[in-house]
Amino acid sequence: MSRLRLAVPILLLATAPITAVAQTIAITGGKVFPVTGPPLDGGTVLIRDGRIVAVGADVAIPAGATRIDATGKWVTPGLVDVNTELGLVEVGYGSGANEATAEGQDAIAASFQAWVALDASSVLIPPAREGGVTTVAVWPAGGLIAGQGALLDLLDGSLDDMLLAAPAAMVGQLSSNQDAGVGARGELFGRLRDLLENARDYGRRKADYDRGQMRPVPYRREDLEALLPVVSGKLPLVLAADRAADIEAALELAKVLDIRIVIAGGAEAWQVADKLAAARVPVLTGAMNNIPQSFNSLGSRQENAALLRKAGVTVALIGNGGGGEEVFNVRNLRYEAGNAVAYGMSWDEALRAVTRAPAEIFGVANRVGALAPGLEGNVVVWSGDPFEFATSAEYVLVRGREYPAASRQDLLIQRYRTLPPRHPAP
Amino acid sequence: MMRMLVAFAAAALLGCASGQAARPAAPAPVKSDTAGPPPGLGGVSAPNADPFPSTYTPFASRPTAIQNATIFTAAGPRLERATILLQDGKVAAIGTDISVPADAVLIDGTSKYVTPGLIDTHSHLGVYPAPGTEANSDGNEATSPSTPQVWAEHSVWPQDPQFPRNLAGGVTTLQALPGSANLFGGRSVVLKVVPSRTVQGMKFPGAKYGLKMACGENPKRVYGGRSSAPSTRMGNVAGYRAEWIRAEQYRRSWDRWLATRTGTAPARDLGLETLAEALRGNILVQMHCYRADEMAVMLDVAREFGYRIRSFHHAVEAYKVADLLARDSVSASIWADWGGFKMEALDGVRANLALVDQAGARAVLHSDDPSGSQRLTQEAAKGLAAGRAIGLQLAEEDAIRWVTINPAWALGLDDRIGSLEVGKNADVVLWSGDPFSVYTRSEKVWVDGALLYDRGDPASNWRTDFEQGYVPQPGASR
Repeated sequence: MSRLRLAVPILLLATAPITAVAQTIAITGGKVFPVTGPPLDGGTVLIRDGRIVAVGADVAIPAGATRIDATGKWVTPGLVDVNTELGLVEVGYGSGANEATAEGQDAIAASFQAWVALDASSVLIPPAREGGVTTVAVWPAGGLIAGQGALLDLLDGSLDDMLLAAPAAMVGQLSSNQDAGVGARGELFGRLRDLLENARDYGRRKADYDRGQMRPVPYRREDLEALLPVVSGKLPLVLAADRAADIEAALELAKVLDIRIVIAGGAEAWQVADKLAAARVPVLTGAMNNIPQSFNSLGSRQENAALLRKAGVTVALIGNGGGGEEVFNVRNLRYEAGNAVAYGMSWDEALRAVTRAPAEIFGVANRVGALAPGLEGNVVVWSGDPFEFATSAEYVLVRGREYPAASRQDLLIQRYRTLPPRHPAP
Repeated sequence: MMRMLVAFAAAALLGCASGQAARPAAPAPVKSDTAGPPPGLGGVSAPNADPFPSTYTPFASRPTAIQNATIFTAAGPRLERATILLQDGKVAAIGTDISVPADAVLIDGTSKYVTPGLIDTHSHLGVYPAPGTEANSDGNEATSPSTPQVWAEHSVWPQDPQFPRNLAGGVTTLQALPGSANLFGGRSVVLKVVPSRTVQGMKFPGAKYGLKMACGENPKRVYGGRSSAPSTRMGNVAGYRAEWIRAEQYRRSWDRWLATRTGTAPARDLGLETLAEALRGNILVQMHCYRADEMAVMLDVAREFGYRIRSFHHAVEAYKVADLLARDSVSASIWADWGGFKMEALDGVRANLALVDQAGARAVLHSDDPSGSQRLTQEAAKGLAAGRAIGLQLAEEDAIRWVTINPAWALGLDDRIGSLEVGKNADVVLWSGDPFSVYTRSEKVWVDGALLYDRGDPASNWRTDFEQGYVPQPGASR
């Protein structure tokens, strides 16, 4: 892949990418990591009409197939980052280009569907793809219940085309009394429990509610309605929580209410790993955090993810360290995996934690997160070990369509590659 | 939290001082003054005054030889299967054929790497410590757009648990800066990353101070939001110029008095004193500035008043004016790939470091982040890969300079730290492998030849007072 990605970007942009439409693509000769099975040396991944149709060492390649020679390369599923605000936040501060936080009522915005009116043309999507990320979750932020988020593929197309699951989860938080509009953590849990119990009552007695025969309910009807799939156990509730005591309280709440929860952040999750494993509650966490950043995260350590896996907890790695990892640096997810390996996770587990594990947690493992027949053609061909800085993603395919590197950042570099720049710059 | 730091706190000032930090020249009380007795020490605005002198002394060390390692010296090509000898706090020898004293501690560096201790020009450790409580949030004196009178060292909490984590990441020297709320944020301080009860015990002996200044969105947002000046970028520039005019007048009147020490001494003013020292070149200006056009304006302001900017910090658009930075010998302290979090950060590109380097300006990888600071070589690796991806000829030997000798220069300390050469301070990191690999971790860190971090011996490692009883011991189950 001698594609000089940035040295000749104009040429690149003009080159028709390999398209998926009614087309068969064979990625041959690479070291293939299906995730659902052992690695294959010299394996072939065959994609037809946007979907994977075969993965193996002895795959017959149809005549007319477009071939990508991956000899000496590593081939993995497209990475899945389940902690982003792509398409919601273009610029975090001072721009008005931030659509991640709803007004809600009393810090509750359960009916807020963050993906509605998501900007599918965000300039931050191509850099994420350049980092091998092909599927993301977009989550709302703020309050006690921030709203609903979705999972989507990073393809050029309409929002409808992109969506894999919407809603994929309800999002809330247990870390900030202030954001939740309460004075103490116990009050926060009480309020969350009251909200969910009211939603359950509402679901059971909708007719009474409509006739005004229920006691006054201090929540908006649309929020109660949105919470019905949560209280019925169909939709997971992602709860940002760091402190071990908060995680334990969340586990208790989930047990009492019989709902599905996912812990996000989870700085001290390793301290209650056995309980998380027993309750089959997954954790979304990073691998670069070791600072006691608050009294909620005194036990923060980089071995967190590895220790959770060791205890049998399902773990998805997310970037949650800083530096715009929710939008500008979604591309850095793979380094989170590399650091997890440096701090005790096996390489195979780390790959799983950025592919199949998050897909399973949010119910889209039948679509993405592995290289297996029937799944979407989300595939990355890497120049080497995907977790290494020296490695680049040479081919990124989303549903069988190749996306060459061509981000706004690439255009800026091209413009200032030599100084002073020519004006008008290209 | 991170974003808060970036948006608000992160502006840096670098600076430190020119080594001979001179004990405050006692105001030679020679000639009597008709107006009365000469002022005491505190009444004199003396160049290179040092009222809070460093009390740092190197920790106990033994002669140590790391053998058969790959050594990035930051002063030339890497050395393979080489030995470095640390003795009496200095690099005593380095090469493939050196003799090691019989009493030296021998460390097998086979398949391992050695680099200089890393240097972070932009840190808020101590001034924005962990945990991030309001009570200890001491980085921004955001009560006036011009606060050159404040000194970061008076906010530094030596028990910040971020310090030992930085040391474990291979950082041996850092510049702790006031935040970027103000046009003039105050003095920075250069610290050795070592355990101490007092900030004086961490201060790098003889280092120059820095003056933190800030461009752009932060000052105008903070003060414009209060309906006071500045509320615009033009208000920012008017603010710098007005202060420099006062500072120049102050410098002249004091220099005139100091030449003779006769007559009535001018009134001392802490803020103007810091600015006057910057005008004299005794304090290095560390300028938080994101946009290319603003950096170009600040270069002109510096020229107008006759001072030098030592480093632009953040400088996400440095690649657009790298030729101007090279022309004026200004370094750029930048992230590998942060950007986009506000309008002035919109045009961040990962090739920034590489493009600045190629233009002949000094590229510095800075963190502005207690987490990123623990992984400076990983960040540099991103910049290296981005440069190579656009066809620039860059070696790991170039990238190591971004985290060692170039930041040392930005702090005015490149004669003492930042490279592994005979006679320089023995600030050294032993890595488990190539420091630019994601899988590599630091194994041992020496400061002035003393082993202060050893991953293999957790019980021996520095834990701050705060951590006692609050943060689980290494290996604890919870």
